[in-house]
Amino acid sequence: MSLSANIAVARDGFRLDVALSVGAGEVVVLLGPNGAGKSTVLEVIAGLLRPTAGRLVCDEVVLFDTNAGVHLPPMDRQVGMVVQDYLLFPHMSALENVAFGLRARGVSRDAARAESASWLGRLGVAELARRRPNALSGGQAQRVALARALAVRPRILLLDEPLAALDAGTRPAVRSDLRRHLGGYEGSTLLVTHDPVEALVLADRIVVLENGSVVQQGPPVELAGRPRTDYVARVVGLNLLRGDATGRAARLIGGAPVVLPHGADGPVYMAFPPAAVTLSPSRPESSARNAWPGVVADLEQHGDLVRVTVDGAVPLLADVTPLAVAELSLQPGLPVWSSVKATEIEVYPA
Amino acid sequence: MRASWSPDRQVNRRLAGRADARVPVGLVIPSVVGLGLLLLPLAGLVARVPWSRLGQILSSPAVLSALRLSLMTAAITTAVCVICGVPLAWLLARTELPGRSLLRGLVTVPLVLPPVIGGVALLVTFGRRGLLGEWLYETFGISLPFTTTAVVMAQSFVAMPFLVVAVEGALRTADRRFEDVAATLGASGWTTFRRVTLPAVAPGVLAGAVLSWARALGEFGATITFAGTFPGTTRTMPPAAYAAINSGDVQTAIVLSLLMIVVSVTVLVALRDRWVRSG
Repeated sequence: MSLSANIAVARDGFRLDVALSVGAGEVVVLLGPNGAGKSTVLEVIAGLLRPTAGRLVCDEVVLFDTNAGVHLPPMDRQVGMVVQDYLLFPHMSALENVAFGLRARGVSRDAARAESASWLGRLGVAELARRRPNALSGGQAQRVALARALAVRPRILLLDEPLAALDAGTRPAVRSDLRRHLGGYEGSTLLVTHDPVEALVLADRIVVLENGSVVQQGPPVELAGRPRTDYVARVVGLNLLRGDATGRAARLIGGAPVVLPHGADGPVYMAFPPAAVTLSPSRPESSARNAWPGVVADLEQHGDLVRVTVDGAVPLLADVTPLAVAELSLQPGLPVWSSVKATEIEVYPA
Repeated sequence: MRASWSPDRQVNRRLAGRADARVPVGLVIPSVVGLGLLLLPLAGLVARVPWSRLGQILSSPAVLSALRLSLMTAAITTAVCVICGVPLAWLLARTELPGRSLLRGLVTVPLVLPPVIGGVALLVTFGRRGLLGEWLYETFGISLPFTTTAVVMAQSFVAMPFLVVAVEGALRTADRRFEDVAATLGASGWTTFRRVTLPAVAPGVLAGAVLSWARALGEFGATITFAGTFPGTTRTMPPAAYAAINSGDVQTAIVLSLLMIVVSVTVLVALRDRWVRSG
């Protein structure tokens, strides 16, 4: 089972143009900031929104093809959908919610109830079968919603911010459960989120969507280590520079020089963690270090450290200890030198 | 959000209680005048009830037949309103029907139309010489005016807009994404309507049905114009009260009025709990 989609949607000045594929059993996470068009992609695949142009094929079945004039209605697409607020039917018990899709597909009442009970059991919420949705916690409602979506054995499972409605305390547990359940699902899973941790934990592959376009895709390890846009760099917590490399030196667009850990040629990205940045009041001596002058723009608590935003020819983030903040009297407007060891920099072709 | 429903409500109630203490005098005086206008006539009516003859008047054939006819026609009218009005409201709320906003306006016209005008319109359309009535009479020998069917038609004409407006409002505020979820689960449009949409708007349907029923029970103008006031077939309680007062039988008119108040209040109170809680 696999899914391949080309989707273009144009409306109210917003343009979405996305090509993506999801293999059988693969979990692809669509990551992007709010308003990037992530949910729109899901709506188009589910058949709730007609794309302006495009084609969607799942297991050789054409779900839509604007050129051929094909547009299967949602009920014929065999798509399971779980949304942020779960949308469990409020007047039905958990069991009836799960049985709904089976009943709609003509399964007899008793068979549907038996199968639904087994789905609830598989998701570890068998004892909640008779509860109404308003008597379920967020995590429980999410599992029931997942059971409801999986019970109709969809070819495609669409999850729209499935953890966003949970409080921070329960999220990690529900997230690891979700990962386990998705691991046992044989169809194609497409999960939308704006939470990088969720993406890194759940994804086999991450597709990053910004302003309606795919800007980067790859396995979590690649994204986390080699971001290609400022948004991706920010969500994985790295500083990202772009420049032209000649041998072991690179020059940024603005002209600032960067010493590289190894030779490279042509346009490159350079990424390094904020914790690798050292701030000092004057230019450091060591030549193995990159050193750039700048001005402190902002200070912010970041775990045990303080995250300092430095403006200048090389704008970057630096994580320093509170002690360093005190010793250097760091405050917005203060000129500082930022230095990074060349060996801390990851260099890869742009 | 869901779990904190009832505590929220209690807080609201408490706040409302505190606000009462600060109502300005400028609001109190008109309120009292308004209340007087609303309640004094009812009090006057109750004060003049001929309690000693109550049993005798109540059991008179004229009153009993008007009561029976009113309850029967109002019940049938309510059924007609629900059966036709709910699908109509769905069409208005959920489809991209051409001329939909015009249609929505037209549906609510009977709300503002004097009922007598509705009766005249029904008469010139369904009367024996009417636009459709003539054809009905000549083809099938069916004559609608001055029959019990005409009573139901007159009542439906004035009552159905209440139901359509109530249900359409409920449909507009209902979260349509539930219907989307039902569709992705493989439900047809009809299954979705029956098992997801209808339960979601049930409070609106109930509210609309109660309003329609109350409006049908009190219907006078359209009924008397289109159906007349024949004892046993078209004389429901309001025309019966009117006929009684015209013939000088004030006591019967008062008893009929009291009866209508009791019937209406009983039904409203019986439904109130469910209505208020869900609406």
